[in-house]
Amino acid sequence: MKLHQLSAKEMRAKAVSGEVSPSELVDSCLEAIGRQNDLLGALISVDAEGAKARAKDLEAARARGETPGPLFGVPVGLKDNLCLEGQPMTCGSNILKGYRASYTATAVKGLLDAGAIPIGRCNMDEFAFGSSTEHSAYGPTKNPWDLERIPGGSSGGSAAAVAARMLPLTLGTDTGGSIRQPAALCGIAGLKPTYGRVSRFGLTAFGSSLDQIGPLAHRVSDLGLALQAMAGRDPKDPGTLDNAAFEAGDQAPSRLEGLKVGLPKEYLDDRVAPSILARIEAAQKTLEALGATLVPLSLPHTQYAIPAYYLVATSEASSNLARFDGVRYGNRQKAKDLEDLYLETRGKGFGEEAKRRILLGVFCLSAGYYDAYYLKALKVRTLLRQDFEKAFAEVDVIIGPTTPFPPFRLGESEADPMQLYLCDLLTAPANLAGIPGLSLPCGFDEDGLPVGLQILGPALGDETILRVAEAFENATDFHSKLPTEAVQ
Amino acid sequence: MSNDPSKDPRRDSKDGSDHDSISERYETVIGLEVHVQLGTKTKLFCACENRFGAPPNTLTCPICSGHPGVLPVPNREALRFGILAALALECDIQGHCKFDRKHYYYPDLPKGYQISQFDLPFALGGGVRLRSGKTIALERIHLEEDAGKNIHAEGHSHVDLNRAGVPLIEIVGMPEIRSSEEAHDYLESLKRSMRYAGVSECDMEKGSLRCDANISLRKHGAPEFGTKVEVKNLNSFKKVVAALEYERRRQAACLDEGRAIHQETRLFDDQAQQTRIMRSKEEAMDYRFFPEPDIPPFEITAKDIDEIRPLLPERHWERKARLMEEAALNDYDSMVLTLEKETADYFEAAWKALGPGQEEAKLTANWVMTEVLRLSNEENVPLSKLPISPEDLAALCRLIQEGKASNQAGRKVFKHMVKTGEPPAKALEALGLAQISDPAELEPLVRAVLDKSQKAIKDYFKGKKKALDAMKGGVMRETRGRANPGLVNEILLRLLEDLRED
Repeated sequence: MKLHQLSAKEMRAKAVSGEVSPSELVDSCLEAIGRQNDLLGALISVDAEGAKARAKDLEAARARGETPGPLFGVPVGLKDNLCLEGQPMTCGSNILKGYRASYTATAVKGLLDAGAIPIGRCNMDEFAFGSSTEHSAYGPTKNPWDLERIPGGSSGGSAAAVAARMLPLTLGTDTGGSIRQPAALCGIAGLKPTYGRVSRFGLTAFGSSLDQIGPLAHRVSDLGLALQAMAGRDPKDPGTLDNAAFEAGDQAPSRLEGLKVGLPKEYLDDRVAPSILARIEAAQKTLEALGATLVPLSLPHTQYAIPAYYLVATSEASSNLARFDGVRYGNRQKAKDLEDLYLETRGKGFGEEAKRRILLGVFCLSAGYYDAYYLKALKVRTLLRQDFEKAFAEVDVIIGPTTPFPPFRLGESEADPMQLYLCDLLTAPANLAGIPGLSLPCGFDEDGLPVGLQILGPALGDETILRVAEAFENATDFHSKLPTEAVQ
Repeated sequence: MSNDPSKDPRRDSKDGSDHDSISERYETVIGLEVHVQLGTKTKLFCACENRFGAPPNTLTCPICSGHPGVLPVPNREALRFGILAALALECDIQGHCKFDRKHYYYPDLPKGYQISQFDLPFALGGGVRLRSGKTIALERIHLEEDAGKNIHAEGHSHVDLNRAGVPLIEIVGMPEIRSSEEAHDYLESLKRSMRYAGVSECDMEKGSLRCDANISLRKHGAPEFGTKVEVKNLNSFKKVVAALEYERRRQAACLDEGRAIHQETRLFDDQAQQTRIMRSKEEAMDYRFFPEPDIPPFEITAKDIDEIRPLLPERHWERKARLMEEAALNDYDSMVLTLEKETADYFEAAWKALGPGQEEAKLTANWVMTEVLRLSNEENVPLSKLPISPEDLAALCRLIQEGKASNQAGRKVFKHMVKTGEPPAKALEALGLAQISDPAELEPLVRAVLDKSQKAIKDYFKGKKKALDAMKGGVMRETRGRANPGLVNEILLRLLEDLRED
């Protein structure tokens, strides 16, 4: 197996033992990126020199006798909405073309402190608005399993880079499913942690009350390692929880004796493609075989999640994106007066989907509509949270499909944005409730496209869902299948 | 153009007849919204220094300049200052609070929204006490961040973000003010409250106190308020008064002619001494308030308040009332002595050092209100840094009280003390100004003057009182002002009566 195809944990072990150097790991990943990225469009920019220099620094530190961190020598990719001081950050938008971050996100600093080596910036839907990574000013990312199809989004670049084994580990962000959905569609694992577990400081905000940074990897154990490096109370983010810190377990569980697994009927109805439902049924059997008990249940307010999600997310987004005015930084257009400056800069800087969402959000928050929309959505949020609280009083985890349908063909969803919004049907409830969720591969449909199994846990139950996912992964071999040979 | 003075709002506001005639027809209703910058060490949501006058954009960071990905971390000191200010104004501190976002586009507003408090402000109620004894009720006080400053020069506009993120409290008063004089009094009292509490310098020139005014007129006895107009850009108390007077006359002229007042925001033009329209109600902004998702709602506990309450000194109006009572000072003196907490502190320390009585209070008050405040103003030195301590002043007052120095000599001693730092008794001696209060020493001097004042004595016996003053002046001249004037008078009268018998 080539070095770049190893998991983060395996790479670290080889780097620590001295079998390979961080520089060799970086070179191997750079080689894979150089070979595949033009085809896939997973990375917007690559900092080869920076990565090589950092690898050398890590080697020197090791030679001085410093203890290697839990991600020592592991090349990683960062979604292009995460700040790394001195590095470009575009958020997939024209408006931030040429912008360089002036500080480093707390989560990214966590990875650096653990010894990771940032290699490139992952493509994304502009400002994370989308589920297809088609809405990027830097071109679409393609699904490594079928280059005609979308990789999912908005962390599509992060998912495709891992699926094609350019990198073992990337960071994404998840506001309504933007880590889990592309992970599912690209046949890899992705974790959205509990809201407040990972600091949002340095993450360009989309829906502030929904956003979480999380890892994508081809092995579940790597998700835990990354979460450990990132999680914790951060004085720079008042939204982080006091008990946010996380420690990854060493021992991969083989059995799930006594585990109660909830099956919400609302996640398994006819809105979900039959090919996907079939894979989820098989996954249920696998979990049962591992000793888990299946418990059918209901999350009765699920049907309101999508409207509530889009009201909250667009409202917050319209506010969060108000700062992109060309006054202090970013891509400022020539203008004759102040109003013109705003119109030109924002008119030319934002893409169609970004404008659509800003307009939706502005409308929702406008005088006279606030109560009917935003406030109503907050009430739905409370109901959804209560749905989950009741459910988790009965079960340990909830499972279901991550996506209702397989990946669209590129361009297919453009005529009907509502269809694309429905992609978030099964993932957005976790964001609205602030609970952790992950997706991992549970098979392939008749077209050979990967299907994702979603596992949800109660707030701060990240450890539980990782444990269940790892047991499932150990009992299956979906994670070891690689996409088309063209992109390996 | 009409010659009717009531129709020309640009007329001089000092014109009494005009003033009265409007007052006869209409009642003026004013409500003020005052922004006070809190003098915290750092800004409201980041660690940047909160300081006026630094070179542009030197007190900024990614957070207060609104870079992508930054998050606001509330400054606990700012909340403490806010609570202190609210306690000073007798507000009810609210247990449950949150921040909200208020959206508008302007180059000095880095995030495109201001973090403020919308429906759950940290303080409700309270009031501002006027000199008249009337209290203007407050609606609320909320905490928010300041914007930066736009600077227009040489055809370019520049943005200085040093002020962006500085903590402000907005103090919203009820429409209970009835004249521009009351508005002025309200602002003075409010400013004093903030300065006493030590939360802000309230220096309008530096922008640490800013005021917007809402004003409407209505017929006396009308149950409803008239349509109000908001006036902005009032950066001195004088401008507040001028703008309110102008608006009052403009609105009265409007109403007299049967024209409607439009609900609008107007700007005060200092040059023209007029208000002009800034935006109409139709153009009013929709700020799209919604709860700040980056800052969880927070609680202010009774324990928090109990910890802050002891830090609040006696309020200025409480102190004034006490001084009137304990020191038997009149309204004016006690007002002057309590204008600044430092003055009151100085006065009370000196008074205490001199003696407990009301006479001592009056003597001390006179000295503080004249020489001490003059020195402080002339030298631009705060009272706490004056070369003359309250105890020094008390010692000087004691010399005067005991008749060892005249008031006039006292003033010279005061100046000498300032120059040399010597204690008063020594200064008195050094200047040779010790008052002659010994009758045995004074009588020969008076006799000598009388010997040379034959004409004055005649005049005196003819009933010319001024002649007595001339002779008294003669004694004072002989002694270079050191003679005890009361005693001189006494001796003079006695000796003159002796002469009359002759």
